[in-house]
Amino acid sequence: MAWLPLLWMILGWVQNDLGADPIRAIMLRTGKTALIFLWFSLSCTPLFLLFGWTWVRPLRREFGLYSFFYASLHVLNFLWLDYGWDTTIIFEDMFQKPYALFGAASFFILLPMAITSWKWAFSALGPFRWKRLHQFGYLAAILAAAHYILLVKQAYAQPVLFIAVLILLFVVRFFLQKRNGRGAHHV
Amino acid sequence: MYKSIPIKPSEITPKSLYLSRRDFIKSAGVLAGSMVLAACASGVDEIQPVEPASTEEAAPDDLTSYKDITTYNNYYEFSLEKTEVATLAKDFTTSPWTVEVYGLVNKPQTFGMEDILKLFPQEERIYRMRCVEAWSMVIPWNGFPLASLLNIVEPTSSAKFVRFETVYRPEEMKAINSLNEYPFPYQEGLRLDEAMNELTLLATGLYGETMLPQNGAPIRLVVPWKYGFKSIKSIVKIELIAEQPATLWNTVSPREYGFYANVNPKVQHPRWSQVTERRIGEMKRRKTLMFNGYAEQVAHLYEGMDLTVDI
Repeated sequence: MAWLPLLWMILGWVQNDLGADPIRAIMLRTGKTALIFLWFSLSCTPLFLLFGWTWVRPLRREFGLYSFFYASLHVLNFLWLDYGWDTTIIFEDMFQKPYALFGAASFFILLPMAITSWKWAFSALGPFRWKRLHQFGYLAAILAAAHYILLVKQAYAQPVLFIAVLILLFVVRFFLQKRNGRGAHHV
Repeated sequence: MYKSIPIKPSEITPKSLYLSRRDFIKSAGVLAGSMVLAACASGVDEIQPVEPASTEEAAPDDLTSYKDITTYNNYYEFSLEKTEVATLAKDFTTSPWTVEVYGLVNKPQTFGMEDILKLFPQEERIYRMRCVEAWSMVIPWNGFPLASLLNIVEPTSSAKFVRFETVYRPEEMKAINSLNEYPFPYQEGLRLDEAMNELTLLATGLYGETMLPQNGAPIRLVVPWKYGFKSIKSIVKIELIAEQPATLWNTVSPREYGFYANVNPKVQHPRWSQVTERRIGEMKRRKTLMFNGYAEQVAHLYEGMDLTVDI
């Protein structure tokens, strides 16, 4: 299922069906897909806290990795297809656009999280440091949401929906963890 | 200066010739300024398009495909989604159509579209179109200089600006109903000297075909040295006035969209790079040129102005 957006995009590319500006189409689709998977990943714990579904908890790693995968395609599309690795204009553009910096910051948080999402990293880092690192996932989501809302042109409905869901997830997590008296044990 | 030879719209280059022209351009590897030569080489009596040589060296400007030009459109009255406009504007009524020209003029007049096509010889002009969203196209327009129309109505000496208005028809332009924050009808404006410049065109078609609704049928403005949003579509009113008019995008967000909106790689936009652009149909980015490469024709209009302030 998680591969469908990619398959759909490759099909679109091959059939020349991505519209007049295929690079922009890929940019929007990879970005949106990465965002959705990140939100899925962050909703696993609140769902567990709300309904006690134990089966959703392991999915947060899987969703997180898919999010990182699509975010990587998004970044690759930006650097390669769009800017042809031309570092001069990449840096010129990046530092003039706050949304680009927010996006880059979000990606550079997801990157170490993805690398350390395997068992060896967990034991190498130790549970405390590992968890501290992975708590930055919330920050990555906030940055990604900022990245999204800063780049849209007067069409705020979708980014506002993403932000509303994110706030709801934070609220659920905060209150239920408190109620359950589990404190910071569960992330 | 271009020559203006009377020609009926039906006599404008048949579509098949564009193909051979493109081949010629490709094989010769000529630069933007050589489009005129290419047009001559097609061996047909036709009007020579004005394709001014850019002041900076640029890669060849191949025509953007008819399909891309007619399926990738910014026309918010129909949809915010560029790929949806063509479908949603399909049944837009473009006939009958009148354009009212009034205000500070000696001879105000309302023109029917048939009058316009009869009164003003239609020429072909190949222009680059640079959208503020950092993408661009090369479009072979059919139309006539705005100056020809303004000369007929005779602006008075107190006329300093021209205000343009798009038709307001929410029952056909359905997106208007959900975009409350936009002060529709769409409005744009030019200083009178900009309006009288030889490059400023009123277009009624492209690729020798009658204009389609998504491209601003039946008549639209084309100001090739300014960002695309200045080139207002589906015009019903042209008013000569003394003061700078309010324009839609400038009203919505003055910091992002200036009144002048000259293509200028030195003035940054908060979301899109204005240093480079993506040419539709090409993979590699291009450097954006000052005045979209038309500095030779228009730079004199802005002498003594600081274009990083008067954006």
